[in-house]
Amino acid sequence: MSNKVIHVLYNDDDILMDAVKQTRAAHHHIEEIYTPFPVHGLDKAMGLAPTRIAICSFLYGLVGLSIATAMLRYIMIVDWPQDIGGKPSFSFIQNMPAFVPVMFEMTVFFAAHLMVITFYMRSKLWPFKEAENPDVRTTDDHFLMEVSVHGDVDQIVSFFENTGAVEVKVIEKH
Amino acid sequence: MYTFSSKLKTFSFILMIVGVLGIGYSFFTAPKDINDVEAILASQHGHHGDAHAEGAEHHDAKDAHVNTAHSEDAHAAAGHDAHDAHGADAHEAHDDEHTHHLKHVLQQLQNKPWAGVYVAALFFMLISLGALAFYAIQNAASAGWSPVLFRVMEGISAYLIPGAVIVFLLLVLGVMGSHHLFVWMDKDVVAHDHLIQGKSGYLNGPFFLIRAALFMGGWIFYRQYARKVSLAQDEASDNLNFKKSFKAAASFLVFFIVSESIMSWDWIMSVDPHWFSTLFGWYVFASFVVSAVTVIAMVTLYLKSQGYLEYVNTSHIHDLAKFMFGFSVFWTYLWFSQFMLIWYADIPEEITYFVTRIEHYNLPFFGMVVMNFVLPVLILVNTDFKRLTWIVVLAGTIILCGHYIDFFNMIMPATVGDQWFIGAGEIGSILFFMGLFIFVVFSAISKAPLLAKRNPLIEESKHFHY
Repeated sequence: MSNKVIHVLYNDDDILMDAVKQTRAAHHHIEEIYTPFPVHGLDKAMGLAPTRIAICSFLYGLVGLSIATAMLRYIMIVDWPQDIGGKPSFSFIQNMPAFVPVMFEMTVFFAAHLMVITFYMRSKLWPFKEAENPDVRTTDDHFLMEVSVHGDVDQIVSFFENTGAVEVKVIEKH
Repeated sequence: MYTFSSKLKTFSFILMIVGVLGIGYSFFTAPKDINDVEAILASQHGHHGDAHAEGAEHHDAKDAHVNTAHSEDAHAAAGHDAHDAHGADAHEAHDDEHTHHLKHVLQQLQNKPWAGVYVAALFFMLISLGALAFYAIQNAASAGWSPVLFRVMEGISAYLIPGAVIVFLLLVLGVMGSHHLFVWMDKDVVAHDHLIQGKSGYLNGPFFLIRAALFMGGWIFYRQYARKVSLAQDEASDNLNFKKSFKAAASFLVFFIVSESIMSWDWIMSVDPHWFSTLFGWYVFASFVVSAVTVIAMVTLYLKSQGYLEYVNTSHIHDLAKFMFGFSVFWTYLWFSQFMLIWYADIPEEITYFVTRIEHYNLPFFGMVVMNFVLPVLILVNTDFKRLTWIVVLAGTIILCGHYIDFFNMIMPATVGDQWFIGAGEIGSILFFMGLFIFVVFSAISKAPLLAKRNPLIEESKHFHY
């Protein structure tokens, strides 16, 4: 089993997009692409599955709403229903307008923060994490496509040299 | 070019005819005098015992006096005395109050057909005004996505002319005393009401009509001018007309925000002349602009389904649906801000507005929050759903019904009180104005090509995708 990969470098996002389409058409498997900035439509060209983070966020929002509702109902209505300035603490619904600002903020708070944490966990991002970029130039002005190698290496290298690459490297991956 | 299909034309005429019949029926069956009212109330309370009915009416009378704008404290106090004392005087006072109550209900029932027409007339006129404001915003913002929809928006804004004329006539009829929707127009009421007297420098017939004419004139002027330069741009060889439309849109928006605020005080808030709210103008704006965006989306989807809008794709629909979603939330924000501030402080002169609504309009008042907020948010939150025709039409129908009820809730409590009902008059008015709206809008759309040809942003708009 070979664990060779090819690193193909480009210096233009349009050329990269064309190369991605050619690579997909030639049925080479793209392992990863490193870009210095978001390239519009790259995920579609690579055929990546759409993100589900919005669905997560919606569910987290519901969690926040439930927690806020339960908390306010318990504190203000069940535990110690005091008369504070004549506000009706007899049932939750009677005093609900006063709770809405908190319920709204808690919904947003949970939806936003848990979504961000989900993003960090799914993208494996945390402080002191070792950087994974294979070539420092990809954070500045170069685009790097990593393709797994099966079969004839020379043929694959020449294929990628014809896609407008500025550099093609064969790398032994550990 | 769009040709107004004969089917749709027939449909609009049928709506107008059915609507006129409904409106006519409601005017015909409105009670003429106190005796009719007594018969109506007797049949309403028929299932109670006689004595009970008497008592119930008595209570109703007291409630109504406290809650309606033109109640006089003296009367309420008299009623109270009569209730407490059981002497011979009390009987007399009771009879007096009974007649007074009947007169009051008579006025409410006579207001009912007028109020039904007024709510529907205002609602459809404001939809076309909202479409015009949205059009002006798109122009002033040099939006790149919307130019393919400009002709649709221009078509919808064409209803502004007949719509504004009808609303203006209704206002003139009010000042002339043909109906009693605006209680401050009634000289007898003003004579006994110090609060309205204090406002008569602003709330008086001539000034009211001058303001109305000025605002409507300004809106119609911008609409006609924007349409003219938009059509001229199609034939021109330079972009002078485009620049003109930009400047006109920017100036109109300044005029619009001032006139819209004052319009909402005049035509809507002044039916409750004892009550006031500072964010009311914004609230009314949010209500009709979301309806307008919905109507733009629905007309676009209809024309697209007929094969007329070649360059409109699901991304344009997606954008309109986002605006429907966003403005729905904006409306809710303002609705809740107005409600919560008044509920929280609970100042008597302000809270009566919501007391009448929660007591007598409970289902419409809270039902519209479900229709205007909960359902649109849950339906339109999904990106994929915003691209589906049937979802947008479903959400749009809910939003339009919800915002009709919103206007219903603004006008009815002050004019018909607890005698409200969505019957022949209200539904007839909706159908009539919907028919007129469809007829005017699609006639206007059929008068010009559906694609603004030489708009500098049209290429971007044609290839817009999101």
